This record gives sequence, C-alpha cells and structure tokens, in this order.
Amino acid sequence: MTLLPALPIMIPLAGAVLCMLLRKSVVLQKAIALATSGILLLTAVCLMVHTRTGTIAVMHVGHWQAPFGITLAVDMLSCVMLLLTGLLAVGISFYACFDLDQPRMQFGFFPLMLILLMGVNGAFVTGDLFNLYVWFEVLLTASFILLALGGERPQLEGSVKYVALNLLSSALFLAGIGILYGMAGTLNLAELAVVVQQGERGGLVTMVAVMFLMAFGIKAGMFPLYFWLPASYPTPPIVVTALFSGLLTKVGVYSLIRVFTLVFSTDPEFLHGLILVGAGLTMLSGVLAAAAQFEMRKILAVHIVSQIGYIVMGLGLFTQLALTGTIFYLIHIMIVKTNLFLVAGAVNRIKGTYELKKLGGLYKEKPGLSILFIISAMSLAGVPPLSGFFAKLALIIAGLRQEAWLIVGVALGVSLLTLYSMTKIWSYVFWEPAPEPLPDLNPMPSGKWIMFLLPMIGFTILTIGIGVFAGPIFDYADAAAGQLMNPQGYIDAVLGGGG
Amino acid sequence: MTSIILRTATRYMFPPLLVFSIYILLRGHHYPGGGFVGGLFAGSAFALYTLAFDVADARRLIRIDPRDITAAGLAAALLSGIPPLFTDHAFLTGTWWEVPLFSGATMDIGTPLIFDIGVYLVVFGVLLTLVFVLGEEE
Amino acid sequence: MEVLLAIVIGVLYGGGLYLMMRRNLIQLIIGLGLLSHGANLLIFTAGGLRKGGAPILAEGEKAFAALPSDPLPQALILTAIVISFAVTAFALVLFLRTYEVVGTDDVDELKETDT
Repeated sequence: MTLLPALPIMIPLAGAVLCMLLRKSVVLQKAIALATSGILLLTAVCLMVHTRTGTIAVMHVGHWQAPFGITLAVDMLSCVMLLLTGLLAVGISFYACFDLDQPRMQFGFFPLMLILLMGVNGAFVTGDLFNLYVWFEVLLTASFILLALGGERPQLEGSVKYVALNLLSSALFLAGIGILYGMAGTLNLAELAVVVQQGERGGLVTMVAVMFLMAFGIKAGMFPLYFWLPASYPTPPIVVTALFSGLLTKVGVYSLIRVFTLVFSTDPEFLHGLILVGAGLTMLSGVLAAAAQFEMRKILAVHIVSQIGYIVMGLGLFTQLALTGTIFYLIHIMIVKTNLFLVAGAVNRIKGTYELKKLGGLYKEKPGLSILFIISAMSLAGVPPLSGFFAKLALIIAGLRQEAWLIVGVALGVSLLTLYSMTKIWSYVFWEPAPEPLPDLNPMPSGKWIMFLLPMIGFTILTIGIGVFAGPIFDYADAAAGQLMNPQGYIDAVLGGGG
Repeated sequence: MTSIILRTATRYMFPPLLVFSIYILLRGHHYPGGGFVGGLFAGSAFALYTLAFDVADARRLIRIDPRDITAAGLAAALLSGIPPLFTDHAFLTGTWWEVPLFSGATMDIGTPLIFDIGVYLVVFGVLLTLVFVLGEEE
Repeated sequence: MEVLLAIVIGVLYGGGLYLMMRRNLIQLIIGLGLLSHGANLLIFTAGGLRKGGAPILAEGEKAFAALPSDPLPQALILTAIVISFAVTAFALVLFLRTYEVVGTDDVDELKETDT
C-alpha cells in the first residue's frame, strides 16, 4: 500500500474537482461532499490499522528519495488527526446539507470545504517544512473565501483582520524557513532533526524556533497572538465556524507539536518553558474573555483560545505523559468543540439569535437538544466520566510529576471558570424562561429534525464513548506520544530509503 | 477604455500570444518555461482582450466558463499522478511512453507533460476568473 | 553583497510593518506585499549567494565542471511568489468589497464585531 499516505490529499482534491465541474447542481455537490468525507474517514481508518504497531507509513512523492524530494510520513499522531478530520468532515458536511443557505451552497461552499480538507490533511501527512507552508496556504486561501462567502458586513470585517494576521504569520513562517535552509541546507523534517541535534548553531536554532513559535502561535491562537480569532470566528454561518474551530487552530497546534518534538527539542529549558508560559496565559486570558461575553458564538469562540492553552501545556511540559495528555485532549476537543458550535447553530435556527439575554426556556421546548448541549458542555469543563475529564487529568498529573505547580493551579482554576461559562449558557438559554417568549422560527417535521440533529447525536455519543473507553484510547495516545518523544524512529523511517 | 490603437494592436497580438504560450508550455521540460508561465501568457492574452474590448466580449470569445478550465486543470494534474501506480511506483513518478509518429520516428510523451498542462489550465482559469470578476465589478 | 541584501531585506521588512500599521486598507495590502518580498529575498540570501550555472548535467557528463548554483531556494521563492500573488489578488477583492460595504478604508472603523 505505497499510495496510502497520499490518499488523504488526493481524495478531497478529486471531490473538489467534481464539485467544481458540477457546480450547477447543489444536490450532486452535497452527495459528493458526503461521499468524499466518508471515503476520507475510511482512508484514515486504513492508515490507522496500518500504523497501529508503530510503523510509520512513508511515501516519497515522485520517487524522489528523501531528503531530495517531498516526503509524506504518517505516524500515529498524524493518523489521529486524519481520523478526527474525517469524522468532522462527515458530521459537518451532513449538517451543512440541512443548515446552510442555498446561495452559499451554489457559490461553492462544498468545493471550498473539500479544498480546505485537502490542505488540512496535507499539513498532517507531510514530512517537509516547505510543503507544510504550501498546505498552510492552501487551507488558508480556502478559509479566507469560506469566511467571506456571503459578504455580510461583520463577515467582511472579520475577514480583513483574519487575512491580515494570517498573512503576517505566513511571512514569518517563510522567513523562518529561509533561515533554517541557509543554516541546515535541507527542509526535510527528519534531516533537519539530524542536523539540529548535532548542535553546532545553538543560538541561531533557538532564534528560528521562536520565529516558528510565533508563526504557528498566530495560527493556533496562542496568547498574545490570538486577537484575530474572536474577531473573525463568530461572523460566518455556524457551519463554517464549526469547521474552523475543529480544524484550523488544530493544524497550528499540530505543527507546533511536530516541529517542537522533532526538530527544536535541543533547548527545552528555554523553548518549552516559553511555550508553557504562553500556555498558561492562553488558558487564562481565553476563559476570562469568555466570562464577559453574552453571545453564544462569541463565548464558544474565545473558549477555543483557552482550550488551545491546555493542548499546548502538554507540549510545554514535554514529557511522555504530558504529550499523551495533549493528544488525548486534541481527540476530545476537536469533537466536543465542533459539537457545541453545531448545537449553538441549532439554537439559532430555532430562535434566530445567539444572544443569551434574549434566549431562554429551551429545555422545555427541546429537551433532546438541551441534553446534547449539556453533555458536551460538561465534557468541555472536565466533569467525569466524560472525555474532557480524562484529558485534563492526564495533563494535570503530568504537571504534578514535573512539579510545575503554577501551571497546574492555572489549569484547575481555568477548568472551574469554564464550568462557570458553560453553566451560564445553560441557565440563560436552556433552563430559565425567556424574558420574552420567542417563536419557533423553524418548525421542522420530526423526521427532518432528527436528521438535522444526527451529527450532534453522533458527536455526543463519541464524547461519551471517549470517556467510557478512555483506557484503550489512552494507550493509543501513549504510543503516539512515545513516537514523538523518540524521534529516531521517524528519522529512520524517512531517511532509511525504501518507499 | 475604447482606444482604437489598443483594439487594433490586440487583434494582431492575440493569436501570437496564444501560440507563444503553448510554445513556452512545451519548452518548459528542459528550458526555462513551463505550465505556469505559459498559463500566465495565455491569461494575459485574454486580459489584454478584456481591456481592449470588454468582459462580455472576452467571455464570448472563450465560450467555456473559466472555472471549468480550472477544474479540468486540477483533474489533469491529479490524473497525471496515477499511471506510475500501475507499474508499482510512487504517486507522481515520471512515466514516459514512446508514441510512434510517421515513418519510424517516435516521440516521448510523459506524465510530467500532462501535469504541466494541468498547471497551465489552472493558472489560465484562475487568472481569467480574477480578471473577469474584477472587470465586472465596475 | 550579503550586507547589501541584508540592508534591503531590513528596509523591506521595516517598510512593510510600517505600512501595515498605517490603518489604511490599501497601505495594509502593500505592506503585506513588501513583507512577503522581504521573506523571499531572505530565503534567496540565506540560501547562499553564488555565481554558477544551471545544475543540469550535459549529455555524457558525470560531474559538474564548476559548482552550480543551488536551484532549491529559487524553486521555493517561485512557489512563495505564486502563492502570494494569489493571496494578494484575493485580498484586493476582499478589501474592495469591504470598502464598498463598510464605506471606509480606515481599519480602525472596522469594529462592528468587537464588543
């Protein structure tokens, strides 16, 4: 199966081409998007089976051996990310079929979504730094258009900020690549790791590492570089927000993890210490900003920031247990966060607003939807036995073992504040009666309503499932973290010929 | 913009530009050139036409929606990676076939050429979409 | 030569950042363009400045007579230029639309989404 690592890129591209050619028929586009997402999920499962024993699936594109050609390398972390991307793609394209307005679908939502998926998957599988930059640009360009699609005023304003800051981050990334190439003479991640480990240019390496930290930090939404996120994420239709919150910042985080475990692992005291400080401040500032918000989408959007803090915290601690926690957290957050946005979209669909102070009494009207919300919300806050609890537990134990009391304290405190934010949404939107009763704007027949809820039900079951089967998933994350902590396997697999 | 000089010049410039774009495309395998530059040339030919006449005229001239051209180009680039898979090579490995021409002569046709044609079409299509959208804006 | 290019890169970065902070949409886009030019030139300079021929072996040759120049930085820059071309084109259209809808080109006025 030499083709396997390239499939996550080829499949969405093929789907996007088909969607572009058939752009007159929305129905066909829906079918193609769903089919593509499904195939993507299957591919990810195949890759997972292929790499479960710790082998790294490597492919040298065009038969140009590493380090001369572009190498695709899929290890267990990449597999997890691909699987989650597949899951989100299925759920979100399903939701889009029911929720998105006709003009946006006609104007190319589906091909853009598939191109975005191609970029995301490309970033997850590539083993080459410049190729990573190219995939970043692919997904960014698609996301620019998705964000601005429809052209409403808030969307355009958000897009300007988003475009400007992301282009700044790309320029930084590019400059980092340039210096790194001048220093090491290669951009293959595995060979870079070898060159940097020889440790001749310590100071320069650290400087370049900080440039990458900034570039990926902007994309991931780390403190103090996240200001574009709350300004832009709440503006487009909720499907787009859900897609972005599930995938985009996570690509930034993935790149941070990849680069700072494989290449820049020579100076952990300074670099990972810096990341840890950033993580703490990210968590704190995100959750405090959320406490002041009274709009459902905005609360959830700034919570993305605070959750990024948790994920990056594991990277900052830089032990195997901490990275296990990070990977577990990624699995948990990508599903839960997306689900919360979808539920918020459903609320908006029924009541026509996201304002907490206008909403109310939904528990009485739609108990099913309310239960979907409360499970995800409690999972986000880290209430046992849901997925978030185990994710946070692993990170906090890792922090305690490192005797990093401060960050553990911050993590626990932020967890409480998250609970506060979530109960705020719960009590305003679902529990207490509305100040003025709002009519049901969108009375769907119950069959269609169930279909509409289906992706949310699926994600909620997954959230509970991750909590129930935390053991096996934890073992898998542990194995993936083991691969990250011992990059020699990755280096050998890429540079050892074959393919 | 209805300058008679530009219009007349465009009439004469247009065909050579298109021919030249194909020359650049084919030349690209060994020498400077290739799909990207070729596509830019072809795109600029139509951009020039759009400037001299207007967007509707240019659209009528090209007949196909530029977005279809883009999609076709992407498809060509993707498909060019498939043939090596049948001979158990990695995706996108260059594969060549000898195509017999008249009286015993042969010509090599390979997947890199197909990929380059894909690039040509993508660049051409994207550039035209851009020019038309910006041109219709006013 | 390196020193000269380093100064040029510095000027490009400085100018780019200055323009980005001018709070005007058009200046913002020019600033972003300058930044990406600076980054491209940085790759070019860091990749090593060396006069040399194209790294293509002639028929029958086994080694290069003189050290050829490194083609990779040029390939990287070409790719980056293409990308920034596309992205700048998109940004232009976006900023034009924003100007039409919002009615101002002052970035400070774009605060409807801030609360």
